[in-house]
Amino acid sequence: MSAGFDKKIHQTLADANLQLAIYTATGRLKDKRSESFAAAAMPDYQELRTQANALKKHAIENLDHYLEEFERNVESHGGKVVYCKDGTEVSDFVLGLAKERGARLIVKSKSMTTEEVDLNERLEHHGLESVETDLGEYILQLAQERPYHIVAPALHKTRFDVAGIFEKQLHVAYETEPEKLSQIARGVLRQKFLDAGIGITGANFLVADSGAVVIVENEGNARLTSTAPKIHIAIAGIEKIIPRAQDLAVFLKLLARSATGQALSVYTSFLSGPRRTDEIDGPDEFYVVLLDNGRTRLLPDRAKRQSLYCIRCAACLNTCPVYRKIGGHSFPWVYSGPIGAIITPQFMGVSHEPGLPFASSLCGACAEVCPVKIDIPQVLLDLRSEVKKSETREKKNRLEKFGYRVFAWMMTHPRAYAWAGWMARHAPVVKVGPVRAWTSQRDLPPMPRQSFRDIWSRR
Amino acid sequence: MGKRVSLFVTCLGDQLFPNAGMAVVEVLERLGYAVDFPKDQTCCGQPAFNSGYRDEARTVARHFLKTFESSEYIVVPSGSCTSMIGHHFADLFRKEPETLARVETLGRRVFEFATFLTEVANVEDVGARFDGIVTFHDGCHGLRELHIREAPRRLLARVRGLELREMLPAEECCGFGGTFSVKFAELSGAMARTKLEAILQTGANTVVSLDSSCLMQIQGALSRAGSSVRTMHLAEVLASR
Amino acid sequence: MMSREHILHRVRTAIGRSAGQAPGAAPPVRIRVPAGDSSARVGAMLARVEALAGKTYHADTPEDACAFVAAAIAGKSALASNAPFLAECGIAQLPGVRTGIIDREELRECCATSNIGITSADYALADTGTLVMLSSPREARLISLLPPAHIAVVPRERILSGLDELFTVLPNPAGQTSSMVLITGPSRTADIEQILVRGVHGPGEITVVVVG
Repeated sequence: MSAGFDKKIHQTLADANLQLAIYTATGRLKDKRSESFAAAAMPDYQELRTQANALKKHAIENLDHYLEEFERNVESHGGKVVYCKDGTEVSDFVLGLAKERGARLIVKSKSMTTEEVDLNERLEHHGLESVETDLGEYILQLAQERPYHIVAPALHKTRFDVAGIFEKQLHVAYETEPEKLSQIARGVLRQKFLDAGIGITGANFLVADSGAVVIVENEGNARLTSTAPKIHIAIAGIEKIIPRAQDLAVFLKLLARSATGQALSVYTSFLSGPRRTDEIDGPDEFYVVLLDNGRTRLLPDRAKRQSLYCIRCAACLNTCPVYRKIGGHSFPWVYSGPIGAIITPQFMGVSHEPGLPFASSLCGACAEVCPVKIDIPQVLLDLRSEVKKSETREKKNRLEKFGYRVFAWMMTHPRAYAWAGWMARHAPVVKVGPVRAWTSQRDLPPMPRQSFRDIWSRR
Repeated sequence: MGKRVSLFVTCLGDQLFPNAGMAVVEVLERLGYAVDFPKDQTCCGQPAFNSGYRDEARTVARHFLKTFESSEYIVVPSGSCTSMIGHHFADLFRKEPETLARVETLGRRVFEFATFLTEVANVEDVGARFDGIVTFHDGCHGLRELHIREAPRRLLARVRGLELREMLPAEECCGFGGTFSVKFAELSGAMARTKLEAILQTGANTVVSLDSSCLMQIQGALSRAGSSVRTMHLAEVLASR
Repeated sequence: MMSREHILHRVRTAIGRSAGQAPGAAPPVRIRVPAGDSSARVGAMLARVEALAGKTYHADTPEDACAFVAAAIAGKSALASNAPFLAECGIAQLPGVRTGIIDREELRECCATSNIGITSADYALADTGTLVMLSSPREARLISLLPPAHIAVVPRERILSGLDELFTVLPNPAGQTSSMVLITGPSRTADIEQILVRGVHGPGEITVVVVG
C-alpha cells in the first residue's frame, strides 16, 4: 500500500474520539437496519433482494436501450438529457447554462456523483456560488472537507466542531445545541433556495419508462432545490437506470431500511420534467445529466460489473468492521467503505492505491447486507489478483512474488514443507517482517515441539 | 460400508495447533470412524489465493486435488480452508473444464468438522464433558460462506458441564483475515481488541471456534491484554471427557 | 451530440449489444396488494404517522375535520391549496386561511410567510404512514414544503395499503404530473452526532386528518 494510505489509517486508529464517533454512529445505523429487516418486520426481505439484483442486472445488461428510452421520455415531458463523458463536460454544461440564464447562485442537494467530479470546485473557480443544502454537506462545505460517509457525511464531526465551523464561517455566536445549529443553517439556506437561479440534485434512480428522476431524502432540501429555482439539473451516473416506475416497489422498500432503518425516508420525489402547463409551481426547465466518468470502462467486465448495481445505501459501510475503524477519510477517493474499495480501483486503475483491495479481512458482512446482492468479497479477490498481475508486469514487489513462488513449491513438496515447519517451530523468534507486525499487536502462539504429522507418525 | 474419513488437518493446524487435529481424530474414532491422514497433504493454497497470487494458488490446489481425490470424505477443522476448497477452487479452474469437474466432485466430499458431525455422522452428543463457561466465536468463512451457525451450538449444547454464553455483538470478524493480520497489523489489532471487549463482557473463561486461525488471533490478543481467558478449538472441547 | 453517441457506443460495446436491439424481457416485479378492510387501513395510517411524531385526527365528517383544523390554525397564518376536498370540508373558507393562488410568485411569497400549509393528498399509504402528493393546479408543491407546519386532510377512500397498491393504481405517474412526492413524517436530520432534529428544511410539524 502507499505510505499515505498507511498513514491515514494509523491517524484514524490513534484518534480515540474519532474511533468512538465512527463506531457509535455506524453501530446505530447498523442496528436500526437490522431491526427494520427482522423477519417479523419484513418477511420477504430476501425475496426483495433477489428481485432487486435481477432488476439491476437486467438494466445494466440492456443499459443502452434503457438510456435511450429514458431520454425519449424525458424529452416527451419537456425536459432535456445531456450526456457527459466526464467532470469537465458537466461543469461546461452547467457554466454555459448559468451564463445564458444569468444565474450566479446555485443550490445543491446531496450527490456523491457531483463529489466524484468536484463540481463545486469547478463552479466556484468560474465565479459561481454553489451552496450545499444538506445539513451535513453544508457543514463540510464550510469546513472544506470531503464527505466521511455516503449517507451521514459529517459523521466525524462533534457538535463542538460544528459550533466552531459556524462561528468562524458564518460569523454567528458559538452555539453547540444540534437543534439550534440546524436552525442557524435553515435560516441561512432558506434564502438561498428562494434566490438561486439553478437547483442541482443527484438522483437515486432514473426511471426509463417515465423519464423520471427519483430523489430520496429526509430534510426537504432536495425538494426545495428541485422546486424553488427556475432551473432544475439532476446529475446521475448512467448506472442509476431502472426499467419501470413499478420497480420502485422493490427498491424503495430496500433503500431507506438499508440506509437508516426507516421504512421510507421522509421525502421521495418522482420528478419527470419541468412544471406542466397548468401546474402552479416547479421549475421551468429540467435537465438530466447522464454521467459516464469511467463507468463504461467498468462495464465490459462481466464478473465485476455488478459493482454498478449499487444504490448507495451505505449498509456495507455501517457493517464493515474495517470501515468502522478507519472511517471515510482513510479511503483514497470520494467513495469509502466496501463499495468504495471495489469501485475506486475500477475507476482509477489498480495502481492508484494498490493496498486498497487488501484492506479487508474478507469477512463478507458487506455482501450479507447489500440490498442488491453485490458479491463484494468476490470482487475484492478479483482486484487483488489484478493488483498482483499488474505488479508482476511492472516488476514491482518482486520479493513478495518470489516468496509466493517458494510457498507454492514448498506446498507441493511435502518433505520440504515439513522441514520448513520444523524450522519455524524450533528456530529462535526473530522479530522482523511479518513476525514483527504480528507481535506489534498480539502475542505469538506457543510453538509446539511436534507437529500433527509428527504425533501421527508415532501412533 | 466402512466408515472411513480422511483428515485434512490444514497447514496451520499441522504446524501450530496439533492438539486440535488430534482432538478431531479422537472424536471421530470415538464415533466409530477410521481416520486416515494422507501424508502428502500440505495446504489448501488460501494464503496465495487471498494475496492475489492465483497461479501459485492453482499449483497448490492441484497438489491438494491429487492428494485427496480418492477420499470418500474429507474432514477439515477449519471453516476458511473448507470454504477455499469447496468454493474457491472452482474460481481457479474455470478455464480448465476437466480439472474443474474433478474439483467440483471433490468439493462435495469436503466437510468442515462440526458440519460433518451433525450432517454426515448425524450426531450431536459425542459424550463430551467440559466444565467451563464458553463463548462461541463464529469465524467469518464458516458463517457466511458455509452458513454454519447452528451445528457447533447444537454440539456444545450437549457437552456436560458446559455453559454457553453468546457474545454481543455476535458475528463480528476477529480481524485475522490471513495476511491482512500482518499487512494491516494495527487495524487487525484494533479489530481483535473490539472482539475482546465482547468476549470479556460474557464472563466466559473459554472462547471456542471452528478455526485455529481465528483462535490464534484471539488468543494472541487475550495474552497481550493479560487475560486468563483461554481459547480452544471445538474439537478439543468435544474430545474432553 | 458527440458525447451522447460516444457514450452509447461504449455502452453497447461493453455489454455486447447493437443499436436498436430489443432488450431481453425485464424480470417481473412481484406486486402484492393485501386484502384488508378500510378501517384497518385508517388505523394503520394514523398509528404510523404518530410513530413518526406526526399528529393525527380521525374526523367522522367534513364538518368535524373543519372544526379540528380551525382550532389547529387559531392565531396563525395559513395557506390552503386549491384541492376541492378542502373546500368541501369548509377549510378553504375558514377565516384567516388564504387560498386560490395560482400564480407561482404569489404562491411562493405566501408560503414563505405562512405558519401553516394546508393540503389534501392524492393518496396515502397505510403501511408507512405516507402522503402521496401529485403536483397539479389543485395542489402546489411548495405548500407542503416551505411553511414550518403542514396539515393534510384526506378522505379515507384515498388510503391505499402501500407502495405495491400505489404502483398498481398509478403505474405511470409521469403521465399525470411532473412531480409526485411521497411524504413520510416531518422533515428531519441526524447529521450532527446522530441526534434527531426535526424541521430542518421541510415542515417540522405534520398533522394528518383522515375524514370519514
